Amino acid sequence: MVKVGLIGAGKMGLSHLAILGAHPDVDVVGVCDTSKMVTDVLEKYGAFKGFSDYKKMLQETNPDAVIVAVPTKFHAIIVKDLLERGIHVFAEKPFCLNASQGEELVNIAKNRGLINQVGYHNKFIGNFTELKRLVDGGFLGDIYHFVGESYGPVVTKKKADTWRSDPAEGGGCLMDYASHVIDLINYILAPVSKVRGAILKPIYSGGVEDAVYALLELSNKISGVLSVNWSDETYRKMSTSITVIGTKGKIICDAAEIRIYFKEENSSGYSKGWSTKYITDLTEQVDFYLRGEEYSAQLDYFVKAIEGKVPNTINTFESAWTTDKAIDLIKNTK
Amino acid sequence: MERILFGDNQFFAVNHISDEKSRAQSIRFKDDAAIIKTLDYAREAGINTFMCTTHDRISNICDIIRSNPGKYSDFNIFPCMPYAHKYANAVTELGIVGTLKEYVPGNFFGSLFKGGVAYLSKDYLSIMELMIDAEMKMFKGINTPVIFLQNVITDLLLGLRMTDMLVAFHKYIKKKYNAEAGFITMNMPMLLNVLEKAGVENPIICSSINKVGFRMSGGKKIYEETLRTKKFRAIAMQVLAAGAVPPKEALEYVCSLPNIESILFGASSKGNIQETANLIHQFDSN
Repeated sequence: MVKVGLIGAGKMGLSHLAILGAHPDVDVVGVCDTSKMVTDVLEKYGAFKGFSDYKKMLQETNPDAVIVAVPTKFHAIIVKDLLERGIHVFAEKPFCLNASQGEELVNIAKNRGLINQVGYHNKFIGNFTELKRLVDGGFLGDIYHFVGESYGPVVTKKKADTWRSDPAEGGGCLMDYASHVIDLINYILAPVSKVRGAILKPIYSGGVEDAVYALLELSNKISGVLSVNWSDETYRKMSTSITVIGTKGKIICDAAEIRIYFKEENSSGYSKGWSTKYITDLTEQVDFYLRGEEYSAQLDYFVKAIEGKVPNTINTFESAWTTDKAIDLIKNTK
Repeated sequence: MERILFGDNQFFAVNHISDEKSRAQSIRFKDDAAIIKTLDYAREAGINTFMCTTHDRISNICDIIRSNPGKYSDFNIFPCMPYAHKYANAVTELGIVGTLKEYVPGNFFGSLFKGGVAYLSKDYLSIMELMIDAEMKMFKGINTPVIFLQNVITDLLLGLRMTDMLVAFHKYIKKKYNAEAGFITMNMPMLLNVLEKAGVENPIICSSINKVGFRMSGGKKIYEETLRTKKFRAIAMQVLAAGAVPPKEALEYVCSLPNIESILFGASSKGNIQETANLIHQFDSN
């Protein structure tokens, strides 16, 4: 059994907690949150020991691993503390408030040989994995352009300020929403190396942007467009898609379906012309489902990495740090 | 429960395999009249139960049903609560406590945050009851013989091992609404085990059941085994696996399984509704 603690029982934290609570290899030893009400309910009705001070939780429960699902501004300090105590860490996304914070954490985790993962769950969606397989296999020929998009209805009218409207707390569409798309681009194509222009547009929020539009260049010279808007209520929920075009074909991929066009026959498993595959074809069964297979799959991967059953190579701190660096580049584009 | 239940995903742009189709549905069902028309197609096909989420727009549909008592005298609604996106968006924005303040009706919660009696007694089940009542308001005067907890909440409580809350839901629905409680889940075998252990007998459980094992957590085998060996009232949903299985093959499989009391499906066109109903009847009589 892997002994796991959780810090931060908000929306993501509770979702992680439920998935871990149902995981046969996991013993959830403690849950820490600043809300007494939340820890009360978890203690009274659930099977979890609640804490208001995470250090106390660590001392009393001695976990092998900790899930960090607190606001981004606390990531750096808490994750560093955990790593220095020799604890494996799964942190929510985005990784840190800026790239300089993340670098130190990447190094500590590496030097100490600790399992480290960040919650960019899209990488556990079969469609995006399939897109990566086809890109890595060279089936698109010379890739010259991509479009990374994400739209959803998070902020659709002017409202009272929350952490979402404070850039110092990791609020804003760039860090919270666009980070998913940037991370997929890093993973599937290459890291972002230059930003040719960026528009960070407030629509309803006071202090932060609600939309991000940018022209990106990757380290392998592929260019692309980033278009992300979390104030688009024509989407029922967050909808992320990546389009990649090369000299031999084009792929349009989202979490529901992947549409593939090849100019000629090849050995990819898809024929010339258009083919479509769906999430039902490409996503593996999980043992416990809460909000999407990917949420269970990413935690299962983390647990298995601790058990030494899978390599710790997907969504490492280092890959999330690469995403933080791209976010910095976009932020600093004038 | 009737053998066939009519679902509502198509009305609210829920499509598991295509964002494009989901947009098309959103356009098609922009007006309440389009929803009512489709419900009437279902009634013509002999389906008199509408299983729907407690989405704001359902309240308009309820108004129409109430104002035509003759037409809808035999019509049942199975409400499924809550409409999770409403709360999920609120939790992200307002936090858990802020969300409760926004959605729990009455002064009860006001006093709770002023450090009142309710807070000290930690009576969280009463809060749940108030939230159920708030969700049920729109169905006043309509037959709601079965009332469901949506899968995201059922499965959250299951994972958090809050069995008492699941049982409390079951009891409250019976006591207050004189109705059966139902549970929607993506983890049917696990949920049934937990409910059985907690003494809930013969529960109504609605879960994905389809030929390709889509959203059948733990695998198709254990689902089939559970249907064969355990006592519960099963509803099969997502029988087409979001379109991965052709209708005929899909329904043949589901109709061949033992112990499935009802089949839930949604469709937009008259033709598809009629075809699905016919296929179920055909395979049932085989």
